[in-house]
Formats: sequence, structure tokens, C-alpha cells
Amino acid sequence: MNTVLLSIGVLLAVAMIGVAWLTIRATRIATAMLAAGLVSLFASVLFLFLAAPDVAMTEAAIGSGLTTFLFFFVLGRVRGGQS
Amino acid sequence: MIRRFAVFLLLLGLGAIFADLLLGYTPSEELNLTARYYAEHTAQDLGAANIVTAIVVTYRGLDTLGEVTVLFLTATIIGMVLARGRKHRALQRQLPAAGELLTTGSRLLVPLILLLGVYVFVNGHLTPGGGFQGGAIVASAALLLLLTDPLKRFSHRLIAVMEAVSGLFFIGLGVLGLVYAGGFLDSRVLPNGAFGTLFSAGVMPIIYSFIGLKVGAEFTSMLTHLAETEQS
Repeated sequence: MNTVLLSIGVLLAVAMIGVAWLTIRATRIATAMLAAGLVSLFASVLFLFLAAPDVAMTEAAIGSGLTTFLFFFVLGRVRGGQS
Repeated sequence: MIRRFAVFLLLLGLGAIFADLLLGYTPSEELNLTARYYAEHTAQDLGAANIVTAIVVTYRGLDTLGEVTVLFLTATIIGMVLARGRKHRALQRQLPAAGELLTTGSRLLVPLILLLGVYVFVNGHLTPGGGFQGGAIVASAALLLLLTDPLKRFSHRLIAVMEAVSGLFFIGLGVLGLVYAGGFLDSRVLPNGAFGTLFSAGVMPIIYSFIGLKVGAEFTSMLTHLAETEQS
């Protein structure tokens, strides 16, 4: 693995940890959901750099796509029930 | 205090395990025995450009059948649990209307997302991705529709028929492999065809398309069950 790939990988890993921290610490629930989706997105880019495009695709489709959508869908339902 | 200490100890232990793994890691220069077999034999034996798909659909087809079964059971159980809490009321409470941006955007995006999903599982033997990924993408299009209009209803009968038919064809093609080729789920029922074209790799693209439809139908059925449940 050459230096460029390694530095991109380390950068992505640091970004993942940062966004994961944001997910825990965010005060607004929508921010936390988006940050959780972003963790998956960074993970899928990392998988792509590690030459695993199939895994990256699964991560992007399920982790950052479907799950984030589902969180927002349920959030909408819960808010609709409250008001 | 004791709890904090326990968490700290747990983190320390995990850190030690991962540090050990990281320090002991040496990148291997060549493929191991199993990987080399797949890398050398896939193209000429099965004619699939994507080795991962060849492993998932043919070499380890039985495992995929198990995965599909697990997903089917999950969808069924979710449907069963959520159907119990559902109240049969014609009129539901008023929900706030979706924004203009979401409505217009979903009208543009849903066909494109569906097309991408179908592309991913039809080309599973050529490009990265396949049935599971394509099915998830198709289901996310259905979820986008639900997000725009939470009261939208999909036909349960259509979803159930699609899932059952795809499952039956998946098993049926596997049994055909038992009769006409080397064994259960062998993809060489049809000729391998020209390497790298859409109609190649035997029945692999057909099987993966059915898996894609099945996974998409299962995810969609879970989502619609969730959407139709009234909170009590």
C-alpha cells in the first residue's frame, strides 16, 4: 500500500471517529441521524480504497442509505403522533 | 465509579486486542491457496468477470440460499409482530404534508434509483454489487416513496407473489443445475458465453436477478409493515 492510499485511509478513519463522536454528542436528533449516516458513508469509501467494492456498495446502500432514510421516516411518524 | 472503571477496563482490553492485531499485521505478498484457486479458475470455469459474484452465487451458492432464508424469516417475523399491533381503521390521523422539495425530488429520483438497483443486480456478474445490494437500492426507492407520502400503500399481494416466485425460480434453477450440470446451484446450465458480456456466466445473472427481486420485495414488505403500524 503506497503512501497516498495510506494517508487517505488514515484521514477517513479519523473523520469516521470524529463523526461518530458527533453522533453521540449532537443535541439535535436530525444532526445525530445524519452524522450516523456519514459514518457509514466514510466507511464505504474506506472499503473502496481497500479494494472491496462489493462490501462498499452494501455499506453505502444499507448503512448510509436505507438506515438513514428509515431513521427519518420513524422520526416523522413519532413527531406526527406527538402533535 | 465501579461502572466507569469497568468501562475503562473494557476499552483498555479492546484497545490491547486491536493494537496486537495491528502490530502483528504484515501484508501478504501473494494470495492464499483458496483465493488463488478462485482467482485462477473463475474466468475459465464459470465465465464471470466478478469473482465475488461467482463465489457468492455458485461456489458458495448454498450459503447464499441460507442468507436469503434468514432474510425471509426476518421479514416474516417482522410482519407477524407488527401486524398484531395494527388497528383496522379507514381514516388515519392527519400527517403534515411533505415539503415541495421532497415531493418534486422524489418524483425525479425514484425512477432513477429503481433503474440503478435493477442495473446493479442484472450486472452482478460483471460489475461490483449484485442481488443483495441491488435489492436494497430498490427498497430504498420504495422507502423514498413512503417518506414523501406516509399514507401510500403498496399491494401486499404483489410483494408476496414477487418474493415467492423469485424464491421458487432460485431453487428451481439450483435443481436444474443438479440435473444438467455439476451439482446444486451450478451455474453452467446455460453455456458460459462470451466473457464480460451481459449474457454470460451461465445462469448466474438470472439467479442474481431473482435474488435481487426477492431481497427488494422482502425489504419493501418490512418497510410497508412498519408504515402501516399505528402507534398505540
